[in-house]
Amino acid sequence: MSAPVIEQRTALRVFRDNLLAAPRRLLDSAFRSGKPHTDRTRSNFVFGNVFLHLHSVRTHRWTLRWATTAGLGIASTAAFLITLVTGVLLMFYYKPYPDAAYDSIKDIHFVVPTGRFIRNIHRWAANVMVVTVILHMARAFYTGAYRKPREFNWLIGMGLFVTTLGLSFTGYLLPWDQLAYWAITIGANIAQSPREVTDALGITEWFDPGGFQRLLLLGSDTVGAEALIRFYLLHVMLLPLVLTALMAVHFWRIRKDGGIVRPADADQRLAKREEAVYPVFTEAPAKTYQLAAIVRGRTTAVGRGPENTVPSMPHLFYAELAVLMLTAAICLALSLVSDAPLKELANPAVPENPAKAPWYFLGLQEMVAFSAFMGGIGIPSIVIIGLGLIPFLDREESGTGEWFGGPGGWPLVKQATAFGLGTAILIEALVIRFGWIREWFPGVSQLVVTLINPGTVLTLIYGLYSVWLVRRYNSTRAGALGLFTVFLCGFLVLTIIGVYFRGPNWEFYWSPSDWPKH
Amino acid sequence: MTVKAREQKSRLDPEPMPRRDFLGLSAIWAMGAALFFSLLGMLRLPKAAVLSSPSKKFRITLPKALAAGEAYVPPGRAVAVFRDDAGVHAISTTCTHLGCIVKPTTEGFECPCHGSLFAADGSVTRGPAPRSLDWLKVQGSGDAWIVDEESRVPPGTREQA
Ligand code: HEM
Ligand code: FES
Repeated sequence: MSAPVIEQRTALRVFRDNLLAAPRRLLDSAFRSGKPHTDRTRSNFVFGNVFLHLHSVRTHRWTLRWATTAGLGIASTAAFLITLVTGVLLMFYYKPYPDAAYDSIKDIHFVVPTGRFIRNIHRWAANVMVVTVILHMARAFYTGAYRKPREFNWLIGMGLFVTTLGLSFTGYLLPWDQLAYWAITIGANIAQSPREVTDALGITEWFDPGGFQRLLLLGSDTVGAEALIRFYLLHVMLLPLVLTALMAVHFWRIRKDGGIVRPADADQRLAKREEAVYPVFTEAPAKTYQLAAIVRGRTTAVGRGPENTVPSMPHLFYAELAVLMLTAAICLALSLVSDAPLKELANPAVPENPAKAPWYFLGLQEMVAFSAFMGGIGIPSIVIIGLGLIPFLDREESGTGEWFGGPGGWPLVKQATAFGLGTAILIEALVIRFGWIREWFPGVSQLVVTLINPGTVLTLIYGLYSVWLVRRYNSTRAGALGLFTVFLCGFLVLTIIGVYFRGPNWEFYWSPSDWPKH
Repeated sequence: MTVKAREQKSRLDPEPMPRRDFLGLSAIWAMGAALFFSLLGMLRLPKAAVLSSPSKKFRITLPKALAAGEAYVPPGRAVAVFRDDAGVHAISTTCTHLGCIVKPTTEGFECPCHGSLFAADGSVTRGPAPRSLDWLKVQGSGDAWIVDEESRVPPGTREQA
């Protein structure tokens, strides 16, 4: 007869063993499924993690091709994360009061350990983010990713685009130097520019949306302490929260819309998979999509098998990490070679000459130099509304997931590029050489200048061109391709002129070395 | 509320909203209205009622040697004051385009930001500025004057010294 096994260890011994096992048990409790070695544990790795489960458990191989996304969305996310981390570090020293702001930035730049480097990285990552967001939008557009069922995510993307620009704009004021002060003065007055129209109609006294917007932005009638604290609030709190919320929806929708867009025949066009590189199920999945049973219509993976998909862990995540590292490397390298600018302390009596906004707003500034309202509010609104309408106007299906919508698209885009660049350069050359209406007919009414100026003329020509494309090719897709391309070209031309060819008094100069010396 | 058997395709179909659930509907609408109005209330906060900017009315002393047509710019102010035989007048140097500070020149004013040019009386001669520079109210005598940036006067108004 054997006696029942009695616990031999003393309580003290149990305590010791538990203590030793604690680190492993902590890990086990955090990552319950163990190391991601099998398909099953890899799936667990994804859906068992609140951050990763925005991804689906398996990723289509088409998604992982470099040419599908160029990693631009992830690069935008990475740049945002970098600004987040460096921004929090800058907040340790930055003081958002007019008497202290400039000095605190100076301290960060010259006294605080690693301060200048962190500041540079923050500034560069913000610039990189604007570039990648624009390129990412172009990628989504040219691969037809705005089409059904991704219309809504395109709109969320527009929100992300505007919020990104808002973050850059609000951050620009914080150093409280001449550059900041005058760019924000101009920006706030652009918000007020509906007065250009209400004044001309003589109704400003009763109806003044411009004055209201400016008051809301500045909290006062001048750029001062109130404005600085508002911009600070927007920059470190409100807009990052908005951006994060929009990003969560954006990512979640990608998954719910069936992953990254791909051509209908993607499966046939992918080379045969090598089993060694892409293991198929090595163990039956522990989880079936029970929810999928009640989902109707075109969603995720309903009715489709796992063909041509690979586990997101590691294939997708490693690709994402690679893009993150590359983005970080680019920001670090730029920060090593080029310092963030800091001019003299803001002086409300003497404008910086030329007073230039951040580069991505210089295209706008170029148009604002024709008419404040049309350039700063009218045309940007038309462009934003136009971009938002694209998914609802082009409902064609062929060529979705294909760069430029397949063969025939590329020649059209080339033609539109030539037209877009040519028209913009021509109109600019005309204005720079011969002036505009006010120079020809002094005393002409402001309403005429507001309505007919180089910016509106260019917009009109671009609009007519794309209508012509729709007729000529009998295709809404052709119109959309042309419209997006010409506006991108116009943006490019105006931005380059604003950055490189405008000097004091916003005059045209071939090179900054020709600027008059004061 | 009962549902016709033919309409209910499977047990997973949502049940149609019972339309006569008056209390439920009004509760939802009341909540929506409450949210909407509290949002309006919250939006009221950032619109400042009192502006913190410095006083817009200030005293200046004109230099004795100020020639006719020459501008006197009080330090830290966006105003140019002139004295000639007809009297004293003040013109705001805040550009009517996007608020840069214009520089008095021999012919009038020029704006560094987008190249607007103004004649000596403040009217636009070139560039994107939508209207002429404001003339401001001045009061005083001799060399002591008070400029009120908040009161505009019609162009051409001069005060006798
Ligand atoms: C802060 C800015 C943004 C971030 C962080 C972001 C992030 C992402 C990421 C990570 C993806 C996955 C695919 C990829 O890497 O390209 C994606 C897809 C997408 N994005 Fe964005 N995005 C941003 C802005 C925009 C903008 C401005 C638009 C367009 C108006 C846009 C429209 C889309 C669309 C339609 C997809 C789905 C693409 C497809 O299915 O092929 N996003 N975004
Ligand atoms: S602010 Fe004077 S021309 Fe633009």
